[in-house]
Amino acid sequence: MQTTLEKQNTNTRPVPQEYVAPNVNIFETQEGYVLQAEMPGVGKDGLEVTLEGTEITITGRRNPETTAGETLFRERNTADYRRVFELDPAIDTAKVSAKIEQGVLTVTLPKSERVKPRKITVD
Amino acid sequence: MNLLRWQRPDSTWLGFGGLSTLRNEIDRLFEAPLAELARTSNLLSGAAPALDIHEGKDSVVVTIELPGMKKEDIEVSLHDGCLSISGERKGEEKLENAEVYRSERFFGRFQRAVTLPAAVAAAQIKAQYKDGILTVTLPKAEEAKPKQIDVQVN
Repeated sequence: MQTTLEKQNTNTRPVPQEYVAPNVNIFETQEGYVLQAEMPGVGKDGLEVTLEGTEITITGRRNPETTAGETLFRERNTADYRRVFELDPAIDTAKVSAKIEQGVLTVTLPKSERVKPRKITVD
Repeated sequence: MNLLRWQRPDSTWLGFGGLSTLRNEIDRLFEAPLAELARTSNLLSGAAPALDIHEGKDSVVVTIELPGMKKEDIEVSLHDGCLSISGERKGEEKLENAEVYRSERFFGRFQRAVTLPAAVAAAQIKAQYKDGILTVTLPKAEEAKPKQIDVQVN
C-alpha cells in the first residue's frame, strides 16, 4: 500500500512549464532603452516584469479563452510568454516603467543621470 | 503564404501544432546566430499572423493574433464564404538618434483568408479586438445548423 502511494506521488509531479519567447524590438536613445514585446492574449493582470540583479524577466500569462466546439485549424501557441534580458549597468532600475496596450508590452528603461551625455560649459 | 486555404483537420498541420511551434523548433535547432536569422526573416512568421478556427453548433469562431494594431487598421470582409482579414501594422515614427538592438516585430501589410466550413449569416458577424487578439464570431446560417427531424409513424 505504501509503495503504491509513493508511486502515485512521483507520477503526479508537476511538468515543467513551457514558455514561448515573444518577439521584441529594443532600441537605445540618449535617455535610455525602450523594449517592446509582442504578447497577444496577455492583459494587464497576466503581466509580470521583474528586475533581479543584472537581469530583467518579462512573463506574460494569457487570458483564459473559452472556445466551444471543435477545433478545425490551429496555429496559435497556447504557452505563456517569457524572456530574459541582461541589463546595461547604466540603467536606473528605480525608474523602470512598463505598460501593455493591445498585446504589446512597452518597457522604458531610463539611464541614470550620471551616464547621460551632458555639455560642460567652459568658463 | 499570405493566402491559405482552409484545410481539413486531419491534415498534418494539427499534428504539428501549428506554424509557431514549427518556428520554435527551428529556433531551438539552430541556436544563435542562425536563430536570429530565422526570427528576423518574415518567411516563417510575421506577414501571416497565426489564427485558429473553431466550429461550434451555432457559430464559427476565428481568432487571430494581431498585437499592437489600431482598430481602424484592421479590415475584415466576407466574400463567397471566404473570410478575409487584412490590414497594415504601421511602424512608429522613427526616434532620432535611436540605435536599434533588436528588430523582431513585423511591420507592414498582412492578409489571411480562410474558407469557412459552413454557411454563415453575414448580417450577424461580430468582430472584437482585445489584448491584441481579434475574435470574429460568425453565426451559422439557419440552413447550416443541425436540425433534428421527427420521425412520424403512421
